[in-house]
Amino acid sequence: MNSLIPLFVILPLGAAFIMAIMGRFIKNINKYISSVIMILLFCLSLHFIFRTEGSFVYKVGGYEAVNGIPIAIYMVLDGLSKLILLIISLVGLLAIFYSISYTKQYTAERKFYVLFSLMIAGMNGVVISGDIFNIFVFLEIAAMSSYALVAFGVEKHQLEASFKYQVLGGVASLLILLTIGLIYWNTGTLNIADISRQLTVNCSSPEGISVFMKFISILLISGFGLKAAIFPFHTWLPDAHSSAPSPISAMLSGVLIKAIGIYVILRLFFNMFPLSYEISLTITILGTISMIIGGLLALGQWDIKRMLAYSSISQVGYIVLGVGIGMMLLASGGSKTIAALSITGGLFHLVNHSVFKGLLFLNAGAVEYRTGTRNMKKLGGLSQVLPITSNTSLIGSLAISGIPPFNGFFSKLIIIIAAIQARYYALAFLAVLVSVITIAYFMKLQKYTFFNTDGSKWVKKKISEVPFSMATSMIIMAMLCFALSLLIVPDVRAVILKPAVDVLVNYADYSTKILGM
Amino acid sequence: MIIYILCFLLFLVGLYGVISKRNLIKIIIGIAIMEYSINLFFIMIGYIEGSSAPIISKGFEHVNFVDPLPQALILTSIVIGLATTALLLAVAIRLYQKYGTFDINKIRDLKG
Repeated sequence: MNSLIPLFVILPLGAAFIMAIMGRFIKNINKYISSVIMILLFCLSLHFIFRTEGSFVYKVGGYEAVNGIPIAIYMVLDGLSKLILLIISLVGLLAIFYSISYTKQYTAERKFYVLFSLMIAGMNGVVISGDIFNIFVFLEIAAMSSYALVAFGVEKHQLEASFKYQVLGGVASLLILLTIGLIYWNTGTLNIADISRQLTVNCSSPEGISVFMKFISILLISGFGLKAAIFPFHTWLPDAHSSAPSPISAMLSGVLIKAIGIYVILRLFFNMFPLSYEISLTITILGTISMIIGGLLALGQWDIKRMLAYSSISQVGYIVLGVGIGMMLLASGGSKTIAALSITGGLFHLVNHSVFKGLLFLNAGAVEYRTGTRNMKKLGGLSQVLPITSNTSLIGSLAISGIPPFNGFFSKLIIIIAAIQARYYALAFLAVLVSVITIAYFMKLQKYTFFNTDGSKWVKKKISEVPFSMATSMIIMAMLCFALSLLIVPDVRAVILKPAVDVLVNYADYSTKILGM
Repeated sequence: MIIYILCFLLFLVGLYGVISKRNLIKIIIGIAIMEYSINLFFIMIGYIEGSSAPIISKGFEHVNFVDPLPQALILTSIVIGLATTALLLAVAIRLYQKYGTFDINKIRDLKG
C-alpha cells in the first residue's frame, strides 16, 4: 500500500517527459496519454479515500529512522492529503477532457499537455511530501508550469499577466525558501513531524511562542498567502487567472491556489507550529478581509473571467475564515466540537469551490470559444443559442451564491453556524453579507451574458453549441454541484471529510504518528 | 552575527529592486539578487569555523565536518533559480517584442 504513494508524482512527471519526446512524432498522442494518466490518478485517489484508513508513510530510498530521527525523505498520505489529491485529480480529469476540443485553437497544442501534466505532478508532490524543502521544490514545479501556461497564448495580455504572476510568485518562493533556512537553522531538521517535535520541546513557554517563531510565521503567511492570493497579496490573481486558457483558469482557481496555498498553510500552522492565538487571529482577519474585498471588487467587473477571478479571492476568504475560526478555538482552548464543525465547513467549501469555480471558468471558456469575447457588455441572449453552457452556468452560479439544493449552500451554512456557536457574531454577519454580494454579481453575470436579449446580435447569428468534450465536462461538473450536497449526510461526510478534519483537530498527534511509522 | 545581517541586507536590496524599479530587466536582476542572498544564507548556516569538507577518509575520522545538507539544498535551489530566471527573461523578451519597451509604466493594459 505504501509503495503506491510515489505514483502520484511519478505518473504525471513521467508522462510529461514521455509526451515531450513522443508528441513530436505521433499526432494527438499527448491528449490520450494525459487523459489516461488523469484517469489513473483519479482511480488511485478514490482507492485511497474509500479503501484505506489512517495515514501512510513512504520513505524514499528505504532508509529507516536512526535513534528516532528520520533520515529519508518522507512522503506522507493522511486524511487531509487524500482529500486534496481527490479534488486535484477530479478537476484535472475534467479540465483535460475539456481541453481536448478547446486547445485546437493553439498552434503549440502538444506543449499544453506537457505543462499540464507537470503542474499536476507539482501539486500532487506538494500535497504528499512530508518535509518542507520538498514542498518548496514541488511548489516551484507547479508554479513554474502555471507561469508558462498563463502565458500560453503569447498575446500582450497573457504575457503581461504572466510577468506579474512570475515576479510576485518568485518573491513568494524566495520568502518561503528564507523561512525554510531559518527553520533549519533553528531545529536542524527539515521533516515536518520532526520539526514539530523539536518546536514543542524547545519553544513552548507559558507566554506563548517566541518572537523568532512569530517572525517565521509572518514570513510563511506572506509567502503562502501570496500563493493562495489572500488579501493583501491578491493583486496578481485577477490578471493571471483571467488571461490563462480557460481549462487552466479552472485548474488555477479551482485547485492550484488551494493545493499550494491553503493546504500548505493548514499543514504547517496546524501540524508543524505550536498553535498560537495571535497567528490564528491574523489568518482569520486576512481571510475575512479578502472575502469582503474580493466580493466588492467583483461587483464592478465587466470581463467574465475577471469577475470569476475576483470571486475566487472572495470564496478563498470563506475557506480561510472557516478554518481560522476553528484554529482560534483550538488555540484558545475553546470547544473542540465547534472547532471541528468550523473546520468541516471550511474544507467542505474548499471541495465545493473547486467544483463550481471550475465549472464557471469552463463556461466562460465555452462562451469565449463560440463568441470570441469575454466582455459582458458585448454579450447577451446566449441562453437561446448555447443552452448547455447557459444551464450549467446557471447551476454553477446558484451553487456559488448559496441557493439551497446546491452544495454551496450547505458549506456556507456550516461556516455561519459554527461562527455563531463560537460567538463570533460579526464574522457570521459578514459571511452572510458577502453571500448576498455574491448573489448580486452572479445575477449580473447571468443577466448580461445569457438572458438579456435586448439588442443582442448573438441570437440571430447561427452559432452552435460547443463540441462534445467541452459540453460533457461542463455537464459532469454541474451534476457534481448537486451530488456534493450529499456530503452534508453524516455517513458520507464520515468517509470523505472527517479524516481530513481529524488531522487538523487532533493537530498534536501528527508528529508522534508519523515519527512512529 | 554581522555577516547574517549583511546577508539579510542583500536580500532587502533585491526586494527594493523588485519593488521600486520600473525596468523589467532590473526587476529580474532584483529577483536574482534576492535568490543569491538566500543561497548565501543557507551556506552560512551549514558552515562551522575550522572544519573540513564532509568526506570521511583515512586520518579524517574525528575532525569536525561542515553540515553538507544545506549545500545539497542549495544545489537544488540554484537549478530552480536558473529555470525561474530563464522563464522570466523569455517572457520579458516577448513583452519587448509586443510593446517595444521594457518600461512597466508603458506596459499596463491590465488593471482594476
